[in-house]
Amino acid sequence: MKLFKLRGGVHPIGRKELSAERPIRALPMPERLFVPLQQHVGAAATAIVAVGDKVLKGQLIASGQGPISAPVHAPTSGRIVALGDYPAPHPSGLPVPTLTLEADGEDRWQAADIPDDPFALAPEDIAARVAAAGIVGLGGAAFPSAVKLNISRKSGVDTLIVNGGECEPYLTCDDRLMCERAEGVVAGIRLIHRAVGSRQVLVGIEDNKPAAIAAMRAAALGTDIQVVAVPAMYPMGWDKQLTRALIGKEVPAGGRSADIGVLVHNVATAYAVYEAIALGRPLVSRIVTVSGGAVKEPCNLEVPIGTPAQALFDHCGGFGKMPARLVMGGPMMGHEMPITGIPIVKGTSGVLALTPAEIGQPEPAPCIRCSSCVRACPVGLLPLEMAARIRVGDLADAVDIGLKDCIACGSCSYVCPAHIPLVHYFNHAKGELTAKEKAKLKQEATKKLATERTARMERIAREREEAAARRRAAKEAAEAAKKMTGATA
Amino acid sequence: MSQAVHAPHAHAITSVGRIMATVILALVPATLYGFWLYGWPAVFLWAVALATALLAEAVALRLQGRPARPALFDGSALLTAWLLALSLPPFAPWWIAALGSLFAIAIVKHVFGGLGQNVFNPAMAARVMLLISFPVEMTLWTATMPPAPGFAEALAITFGGASWDAMTSASLLGHAKTELTRGVDLLHSLPGHYALQDGLAGSRVGSLGETASLLLLAGGIFLIARRIFTWHAPVAMLLGVAVPALIANWANPAHFLGPLPHLLSGGLMLGAFFIATDPVTSPNTAAGQFLFGLGCGLLTWAIRSFGGYPEGVAFAVMLMNAATPVIDRYMKPRIYGRDRKGGALPAEQEART
Repeated sequence: MKLFKLRGGVHPIGRKELSAERPIRALPMPERLFVPLQQHVGAAATAIVAVGDKVLKGQLIASGQGPISAPVHAPTSGRIVALGDYPAPHPSGLPVPTLTLEADGEDRWQAADIPDDPFALAPEDIAARVAAAGIVGLGGAAFPSAVKLNISRKSGVDTLIVNGGECEPYLTCDDRLMCERAEGVVAGIRLIHRAVGSRQVLVGIEDNKPAAIAAMRAAALGTDIQVVAVPAMYPMGWDKQLTRALIGKEVPAGGRSADIGVLVHNVATAYAVYEAIALGRPLVSRIVTVSGGAVKEPCNLEVPIGTPAQALFDHCGGFGKMPARLVMGGPMMGHEMPITGIPIVKGTSGVLALTPAEIGQPEPAPCIRCSSCVRACPVGLLPLEMAARIRVGDLADAVDIGLKDCIACGSCSYVCPAHIPLVHYFNHAKGELTAKEKAKLKQEATKKLATERTARMERIAREREEAAARRRAAKEAAEAAKKMTGATA
Repeated sequence: MSQAVHAPHAHAITSVGRIMATVILALVPATLYGFWLYGWPAVFLWAVALATALLAEAVALRLQGRPARPALFDGSALLTAWLLALSLPPFAPWWIAALGSLFAIAIVKHVFGGLGQNVFNPAMAARVMLLISFPVEMTLWTATMPPAPGFAEALAITFGGASWDAMTSASLLGHAKTELTRGVDLLHSLPGHYALQDGLAGSRVGSLGETASLLLLAGGIFLIARRIFTWHAPVAMLLGVAVPALIANWANPAHFLGPLPHLLSGGLMLGAFFIATDPVTSPNTAAGQFLFGLGCGLLTWAIRSFGGYPEGVAFAVMLMNAATPVIDRYMKPRIYGRDRKGGALPAEQEART
């Protein structure tokens, strides 16, 4: 298939060889799981179990709230021992509401609701089951999948794109999934296809994963699914980049893939859809790559949601070298883990322990305007110019030249010879802008309240005066009447 | 801004120092060839330029209260001085090199804010300053006839002000201009003075490093292969000189030099591959760099053909340096999902939510 030209992109050192040949193994069930109520974009789920409750594996323990949310299920059977704050999988490590589940060791599933023929389900039914299973985008975005399915079904989808790009260095979880469970992935894709009824289905896989491409092609034989090898280049896994590579269309700025008749789902999400519908299993575990130069035996593990990252490292033989940094996600866009007790959530594709040599972030030097960042930017921005404006506090000008179009992929920072933390500048500026907008909203709200109060006070004073005037008039009228009757008497 | 840990947690193996070192490496063959051609005076001049630049850089940083060590070792001052040295007449007195380096680093670079902040290419600005201020010393070309002067003679030439009259001569571009001014057209003035193989081999009159056109070309291609810069600016600059030269020479061979002598003469190769590609003073998009190079080339040809000076690379580059912010303002890449003007692309279908 003919591919379309892309702009920008970098070729980071892959280091996928550390774990690419390691088959997926199940992590032994940890004693305790820490399941956050918010693992997705949107509103947090609300716990529907109480401390002391016994739950079965796959049982609903927190229900989704509002139009964009996702429910949470028990990753194993056991007892709820706490509902409280626990450090979040976020660079701040701030505590978030989390259910603590003590495993009983039986790992007993609840009774599954399996349809006779999953491929005969109505599209709405598929979306409803995906929603009920708590499936979110497993590529890292963690957007509730059913919401995307519903929007797309209503607006119409021309092309369903399944993202097997996995362009982040180190990560091999999607690669292994496609190699080992291609049938399941393809079944999931067919279910999504049925749910949205697109004209064509394309699976984009980077050409550095030949085994995955071969496995997926074999599994897709006889279906409408077309498996396409795309060039290995970061950020190929950015959904909009993959869309451009495969069909040559761009998602309008500020818009959604649905605007151009495209729906993008990750391969791991497709597999979760298959498990949820064909096996009746909600999303309670995921495949996680444990890698990095400091990890003794990098590997790919199937991990129950809520497992502390420490358990994964321990299972991989611990640290062979002292890690300089622990990262959740890939090295290009992942977050630093402040502590290893942080739980694996639905969107966690990898946990990395990196050595100082792998991080390589020396002191920043002055920008020499080499424009490596301009060549690297997949969006077509001028990172050096944006950084120069942010440095002097001119955020409005930075927005004018495209700050809000930045996807924080890190390509510019990666190639910068002066080691300027460009993405850090942009995230900082975006944060400042959000804070300013919030402050402005607050100010406007305050101003509105103040004007309303003044108006109210004026109205009350006026009413009071009018009432007094009425009373006076009534009194005068009464006196006049009295006089009048006195006079006539 | 906080110094929090930030993504990406990986970095390409690159640094400013590495880039500068690679560019210097690409200059080494042409420089060594210049040393071989002109002997010790060239070496002394080069050494004086480099030493002065380092000293000026250290003092300038000290005055600004900035740490000198990282900047001294990033190689940028060395590269500036190196380029300047290559553009000087090899038998020029030492103070020409010293003054040029001092001007390049202290005035053109640090007064504007240091590395990355200068508007003009320091080496070219220094060369222009020297050419305007000391026209005699800056046009003291020496015929290249090995054996070059010995060590003691060289000391006398560079540091003692001794002249080397016996061997002075005019460069090709200078000769053509002088003769044209005298009313002798190129058809009569060139034979005997110009041979293509001299231009290729560099065995002719010129600056220390710019006579070895082919070695400079090879260095430039090496740098493009190493992705230090792209082909846009150099190729555009060469085209900007060659195309008008071809047309003018075809129309009036008695008055206009052809493309080959233009390409192989003066500072064009040095300018195209090592000056027009200076990241600090050139535009930051590929299209902008092409336009910049084209402007440099056209201006070079125009100055050489119609101006008062026989050579125009330095002037042309400086004029285009001044145009760089304007080029950058108008030559921007299209942003994903937007049209050229920055508006969002239209949605193809109405998304009903």
